[in-house]
Amino acid sequence: MRTTRRRFLKSAAASGAAVSLLGAPAIAQGVAGKVVVVGGGFGGATAAKYLKLANAKLDVTLIERDDRYITCPFSNYVLGGFRKIEENVQTFDALTKLGVKVTKGEAAGIDAPGRLLRLSGGSRITYDKLVVSPGVELNYKGVPGYDESLAEKLPHAWKAGPQTTLLRSQLEAMPDGGTFIMVAPPNPFRCPPGPYERVSTIAWYFKNHKPKSKILILDAKDAFSKQSLFQGAWESEYPGMITWIAGKDGGKVESVDAASMTVKSGFGAEKGTVINVIPPQTAGRIAIDGGLTDDRGWCAVDPQTFASRKAEHVYVIGDASIAGAMPKSGTAANVQGKVAAAAIVAALDGKAATAPALLNICYSLVTPDYGISTTDVYQVTADRGIIATPNAGGVSPRAPTAMGERKLEAEYTRAWYQAITADTWG
Amino acid sequence: MILYRAALAAALVLVGAAPTMAQTGQAMAQTCYVCHGPGVKGAGQIVGLVGLPKDHLVRQMADFKADKRPGTIMNRIAKGYTDEQLALIAEYLAALKK
Ligand SMILES: Cc1cc2nc3c(=O)[nH]c(=O)nc-3n(C[C@H](O)[C@H](O)[C@H](O)COP(=O)(O)OP(=O)(O)OC[C@H]3O[C@@H](n4cnc5c(N)ncnc54)[C@H](O)[C@@H]3O)c2cc1C
Ligand code: HEC
Repeated sequence: MRTTRRRFLKSAAASGAAVSLLGAPAIAQGVAGKVVVVGGGFGGATAAKYLKLANAKLDVTLIERDDRYITCPFSNYVLGGFRKIEENVQTFDALTKLGVKVTKGEAAGIDAPGRLLRLSGGSRITYDKLVVSPGVELNYKGVPGYDESLAEKLPHAWKAGPQTTLLRSQLEAMPDGGTFIMVAPPNPFRCPPGPYERVSTIAWYFKNHKPKSKILILDAKDAFSKQSLFQGAWESEYPGMITWIAGKDGGKVESVDAASMTVKSGFGAEKGTVINVIPPQTAGRIAIDGGLTDDRGWCAVDPQTFASRKAEHVYVIGDASIAGAMPKSGTAANVQGKVAAAAIVAALDGKAATAPALLNICYSLVTPDYGISTTDVYQVTADRGIIATPNAGGVSPRAPTAMGERKLEAEYTRAWYQAITADTWG
Repeated sequence: MILYRAALAAALVLVGAAPTMAQTGQAMAQTCYVCHGPGVKGAGQIVGLVGLPKDHLVRQMADFKADKRPGTIMNRIAKGYTDEQLALIAEYLAALKK
């Protein structure tokens, strides 16, 4: 913490007279408290909204580097050719209307003892409480032979936007009979079912437009989310098209070579027509630079409130946090945003926080009419932190009944998107 | 500012000392919004719950929990709550305005 402050002061001094101080301490302005939120994604936007809903007198500022937000959820459907990327765009208009001060900027450093957030460009903003929801940082170098510039040739598409449309255009340009290779990441990573949903929707596109094509998944892991449901669906919907190589069977990738479009692993040297590299991940850069991460790059938090274990008055939610049994999902980030908002409102009121309510749902589409899900309700335990409540939750039934669950769950997948985006940005 | 900091510090001490409190109906009910929409007003094919009386909500959740009512997902979710928690959730939801 000392070093952070010293480093902060040094860089503040370096930018000299240009430094401006955005906002004065809240108490001087006669408001209930001043909360700054970093990141306008699923976690940050929800936290900002629910802070304002709980207490309209709170001074809430949302710092986001982009003008708008493009959701990763439903970006796999863009890759499958049954959704347009424009439909994934969320704006901050409703938050602004609610009184959140949406501010475009890049958070660059945290001075926790001084309760100051530093923005790139030199300005600083004071806070009583800080919420950090920056999502993930991709560790390009974690895959030998790969780096950030190569993402233009071998897209990761693990942040939605230009990367998604680039991968889509490569799939469109691919001749029938080509091979799509996915390099799947090690745990923990954003959206555990995401790579396998992606393979499914790309298989949907191939089946309808390029049926001679093949898909190879080279995985660092030995198991994955909703595995038996996905594999069962691949057999029935896309027989013979998809091969998954587990880490223990040589799936862990040793290197990628962009020039020859080759991926080397214990499985052999495989040539791909289109290669999707999903690198290992850590908490977003600001969490690392702000001194909030552990030696593995993620943020330890108090599971009752999502308060950082590293810095007072700072809360970390969403993908960046270590949340026990909860996966890194948009739903989890939204729900954690509500927990942090309630804890902050209580703390600013001088009250004890009530127990957190935690739930997750991850829907995936295997085809536009074939949905599967995994859900859990959680509780916080003294010894094991956040655990899934026993004898509840779990995945869709392996053998669907006469209800037509797969078709219904595909409808509910689309309903979930409407609900959660309205709850987060609406 | 100093006074304010002192008040906050006192609050923190209180938080540390307080026994773990129960989940409120509001906190649990707000997690339902991710599927039933904000204020449980409904979203696409997932029905709204706003305007439904408490007793009805309690009965539906109990039926899902006991697998007396079939569903794609509510059975798995309802099993995650005690009957007391379901009553708190229903009470909060039943009081929401359309
Ligand atoms: C292909 C794919 C499919 C997915 N599908 C689903 C799904 O179906 N369901 C589901 O629940 N989840 C899904 N997810 C996961 C979901 O996208 C993430 O878990 C979720 O976005 C996490 O929210 P967050 O708030 O932690 O981070 P993000 O949503 O990534 O938000 C972080 C925000 O902070 C901003 N930011 C970061 N650093 C700074 C900084 N220093 N200064 C200013 N702004 C900054 C970023 O621009 C961004 O807007 C999917 C993910 C992928 C990749
Ligand atoms: C993952 C999405 C999801 C979440 C989260 C969710 N629901 Fe549901 N809910 C559904 C679906 C889908 C149905 C239709 C029944 C089914 O298929 O399970 C439903 C049906 C219901 C019904 C029956 C409504 C009627 O008209 O009879 C009630 C009551 C209900 N949910 C309450 C809740 C409560 C309370 C919560 C929060 C604790 C909740 N739901 C959370 C998806 C969800």
